[in-house]
Amino acid sequence: MPDAPTAAATLTPPALETRGVNKWFGANHANRDVSLAVPKGTIHGVIGENGAGKSTIMSIVYGYLPADSGEILVDGRPVAVKSPRDALAAGVGMVHQHFMLVDPFTVLENVLLGAEGGVTLAAGMERARAELVRLARDYGLEVDLDRPVGELPVGAQQRVEILKALYRGADILILDEPTGVLTPQETDHLFRILRALREQGKTIVIITHKLREIMELTDNVTVMRRGEVVANVRTAETSKEQLAELMVGRKVLLRVEKAPAQPGPVVLEVSGLTLRDRSGVERVKGVGFSVRAGEIVGIAGVSGNGQSELLEALAGMRPVAGGSVRLRGEELADRPGLFNAKALRGLRVGHVPEDRQKVGLITSFEARENAILGHHDDQAYNGRVLMDRAAVLSRCEAEMEAYDVRPRDARLRAANFSGGNQQKIVLAREIERNPDLLLVGQPTRGVDIGAIEFIHKRLVRLRDEGKAILLVSVELDEIVSLSDRILVMFDGRLMGEVAPNDAALEQIERRLGLMMAGVEAAA
Amino acid sequence: MDEVFLAILLLVDATIRVATPLVLAAFAALYGERAGVVDIGLEGKMLAGAFFAAAVASSTGNPWLGLLAGIAASVALSLVHGFACITHNGNQVVSGMAINILVAGLAPTLAYAWFHQGGQTPLLPSSARLPQVHLPGVEVLSPIPVIGPIYREIFDDANVLIWLTVLVVIATHWVLTRTRFGLRLRAVGESPAAVDTAGISVTKLRYQAVIITGVLTGVAGAYLSTAHGAGFVRDMTAGKGYLALAALIFGKWRPWPTLFACLLFAFTDAVQVRLQGVPLPVVGVIPVQFIQMLPYVLTVLLLAGFVGKAVAPKASGIPYVKER
Amino acid sequence: MARGMAGKGFGMPGEVPGWVNYALLPLLNLLAAFILSGLIILVIGENPLDVLALMVTEAVGYPEAIGYTLYYTTSYIFTGLAVAVAFHCGLFNIGGEGQAYMGGLGAGLVGLAMTGWPWPVVAVAGVLVSALFGAAWAWIPGWLQARRGSHIVITTIMFNFIAASIMTYLLVDVLIKPGQQSPETREFDPGTWLPSMDRALGWIGIEVAPSPLNLSFAWALACCALFYLFLWRTRWGYEIRTVGQNERAAVYAGISPARNIVLAMVISGALAGFVGVNEILGVQHRLLLNFTGGVGFVGIAVALMGRNHPVGIILAALLFGMLAQGGGQVSFEYPTVNRELVMVIQGLVILFAGALENLFKPQVEALFRKRGARNEGRA
Repeated sequence: MPDAPTAAATLTPPALETRGVNKWFGANHANRDVSLAVPKGTIHGVIGENGAGKSTIMSIVYGYLPADSGEILVDGRPVAVKSPRDALAAGVGMVHQHFMLVDPFTVLENVLLGAEGGVTLAAGMERARAELVRLARDYGLEVDLDRPVGELPVGAQQRVEILKALYRGADILILDEPTGVLTPQETDHLFRILRALREQGKTIVIITHKLREIMELTDNVTVMRRGEVVANVRTAETSKEQLAELMVGRKVLLRVEKAPAQPGPVVLEVSGLTLRDRSGVERVKGVGFSVRAGEIVGIAGVSGNGQSELLEALAGMRPVAGGSVRLRGEELADRPGLFNAKALRGLRVGHVPEDRQKVGLITSFEARENAILGHHDDQAYNGRVLMDRAAVLSRCEAEMEAYDVRPRDARLRAANFSGGNQQKIVLAREIERNPDLLLVGQPTRGVDIGAIEFIHKRLVRLRDEGKAILLVSVELDEIVSLSDRILVMFDGRLMGEVAPNDAALEQIERRLGLMMAGVEAAA
Repeated sequence: MDEVFLAILLLVDATIRVATPLVLAAFAALYGERAGVVDIGLEGKMLAGAFFAAAVASSTGNPWLGLLAGIAASVALSLVHGFACITHNGNQVVSGMAINILVAGLAPTLAYAWFHQGGQTPLLPSSARLPQVHLPGVEVLSPIPVIGPIYREIFDDANVLIWLTVLVVIATHWVLTRTRFGLRLRAVGESPAAVDTAGISVTKLRYQAVIITGVLTGVAGAYLSTAHGAGFVRDMTAGKGYLALAALIFGKWRPWPTLFACLLFAFTDAVQVRLQGVPLPVVGVIPVQFIQMLPYVLTVLLLAGFVGKAVAPKASGIPYVKER
Repeated sequence: MARGMAGKGFGMPGEVPGWVNYALLPLLNLLAAFILSGLIILVIGENPLDVLALMVTEAVGYPEAIGYTLYYTTSYIFTGLAVAVAFHCGLFNIGGEGQAYMGGLGAGLVGLAMTGWPWPVVAVAGVLVSALFGAAWAWIPGWLQARRGSHIVITTIMFNFIAASIMTYLLVDVLIKPGQQSPETREFDPGTWLPSMDRALGWIGIEVAPSPLNLSFAWALACCALFYLFLWRTRWGYEIRTVGQNERAAVYAGISPARNIVLAMVISGALAGFVGVNEILGVQHRLLLNFTGGVGFVGIAVALMGRNHPVGIILAALLFGMLAQGGGQVSFEYPTVNRELVMVIQGLVILFAGALENLFKPQVEALFRKRGARNEGRA
């Protein structure tokens, strides 16, 4: 282990320290002897891939999950953290990735929950209101205290979470992937708040997988891989490349080998497309673009800006409120008989959904039953009444062979495959039916490195076979390395187009960031 | 005129008597469901409360001991429900059903074995029943028009549990909106994870809620067998637990509307008794069964969104399992 | 309350060998329920082992008893399948009672109307009409769930009460045999009765003791086979199971959750309605009040115990049939025991096999993990 910037250098003990923490989830060793130290008054990054155990260790520190072994120290004193109550009492607060808020409650009620200050509420309410006004002034944490949190934008909800922790006297604040749902402006706002907190002597731990944020914000960084701490380094003494290598354990080639695209005729043409969610809110506001045969068009953006809805609508999973969608020149938008998930499969549109476990697979079904999901009506698998089980099985086995799915057992439940192998099952089902248009969402989320390479290569090969691919991903690296053209989406609108090859990744990121912030008008 | 007025007063009085166990049971379920624990088992708990209250009142001659026994039995069943649904993440509907069936069998079985009267308890003498509260000044106020008869017919000689129920309604409103416990209760039914991460035990909170449910259903049962009635007879709840559940939904899980729903359902019952065989203008004689099913039809219409929209607490019916 | 209450993870297998899930755990739960039942029998002052011995004798000890047991089993198979098919679609149908009641109304109307027809025609008509009535009664809550989002647990409970009110009205005011006090119809023409099993087997030279067991038993077994083929071997069953397991995946696959919810409920109601064929055409030969006597609720226990699979459902229905017959007979022998003891045991079985299905799971799973780890160590 490289030298850690531990408290040995200074005389004050670290604000937060873990020693030899182990945690098992069944057979999965989620945390292996995790030891890390966070000096007082610093911003400390914890970085790692999906499943590296970084959220697990912080949930243990916060008492949300029990550790199997190990020790937690706050200000040099061991503390027994059995529940969040103990952590809060020791001055540790946490902002979870999924906000822990009661939607119908007002901001004030949310802050008060668990810190009511008495059997009745009236006195505590007044005290909290005064204190929150002070905190808002000191740290720039403005929110309307009397609005139900469910009505607030995510950035404001996150500020409520921070207020909750501060109101309860947290000196150490842990944030789990805080920027995933934020716009660049909101992210900047958050970072300002965090720096202000550091000025006041608070200690911040931020869990993320985004290298840029680590470099921009933190003083020290702990890198985790497969449940272990692989490095503790000073941010100023490291680089993005080094961190990336530490995260994955080898040199990473972010670029995907591919020849320039040879675009053919337009396969998908969308114009003025508008989508509303159940409550009638516009999620996609009149977008237009086209995808040609033989090209990959990527849609970049912060999650929650309408990309998911767009993809689902194009796959026939949600109704369209207005606009035009043409497939090979044929109008679909006003023809419900064609524009639905079932008919679109017949029209050779494949769809790899963003969430394979909740949408793309039925995890309690065996692999073979998943291999025909959406195609279960095909003649190939049906007799007059009963289904042809042999045909289903052989289809599944052939696909597993072609995509190297392991274990190669068509009767195993989908839940029992790893993330990468689950994704291969979905990919095989959608690609092997030879679609003209493939809609792909987050193809490599929660997938190990080996499978990522496989999936990327397979998508490029499909493009080279002359198919049209629409890719949605929140991973900018993935978008940039796979796409032939990039569209940037923000707040339900397309904010412009970027060619991925005309500049370095850094430059594109900056431009994307600006567009996402809505600075540049739509091109 | 006086006769009509008196008839109306008697109708109101009957409505209150019928409504009391409904209100108790519906408010019992309100605590559980606002905390996220669905309770189909009101019927069974009420029946257990009714049986044990009557059995103990009959054996000891003391209705207050009976009331305590009824509450204890009902709380015990609540704890079973909690053990299955909170501790073991069992299915709340199945657990409630099991309790209903269990008690529907157990109460008459024990009555049969202990009292040898064909699944009933002996008829309770009035000394073994919960008393009515006699108010002062009835003679003085009686001659005053309007106020006098209202005071005499409705307020005077109401059972002590009716007054308790009034207290429960007011207290529930206060607890839910003004107290720490109420805040946490409402929170845990909407977002147990928020409660957990705020350092509050979801398990403990939900157990507290189901215990209150048990206490109130126990009182409701005791009302049936030792206040309203004079002894336990088999199946004496006759669907009141389900009716209370319907009232809670009809009241959209909020105290005052739930109270109103209970009174409405009780009113249809009181009217139905008086309408049996009486021809009405235009429609003629309405079969009593159609009036009886009115609360159920109304609840279905509400759930279908034809008369407003009922949105349950978000986490109700779902066991709390921590995310990794 | 999420409709998915009956859906994910509920009665669904975990990660232990199949026989543990389908045999060991249910048996452990059953054992716990029986031990508690034994304690209750002790409380009322009888020897549980004696009661158990008598119960078994009275349930399967002699030919007539077996007939009675299988007669109860028949209705439980119908309602168990009814609950199970809804479970597979992620729906909790508590309305089996009302649907069976309505099915009985259908069967009763057929019996009243078809005087003079030969029994096979009446039987076919009875099956169709009782299915239609049961299905119609389940269709409304199904439709309300699918299209209006009305919680099906509550609506089906309400529909049980509404069905009871309607039946009381019909039998008291409309269908009652003139000049009679008790609310029931006249007896059907004996030529239309569904033959009892002893009669039917007599035609092919097999002699069995007379009992209420009738040809509906054969129909119940046929329904089990059809149930299996439909759910696991046809695309329609595939769709229903998909909706039950993962509604978003269903939408992704172009499967309409609404249509399948309605379909599953209609099938569920039809199956529950067949209780009417057994009870009304097969045994009572007239329409009467409360002939269902809780079969719809027992169906929940049967489906839970039987893990929503037809083979399991047959076994569980047999168990509950023995309980109904044996338990009923016990009350004649023991002065302190009455028929309701059966409900006590039923309630406990539902509690342990259903709501407390996870009670022994962690321990048993841990046992198997340890064993698995040892085996791996050896390999």
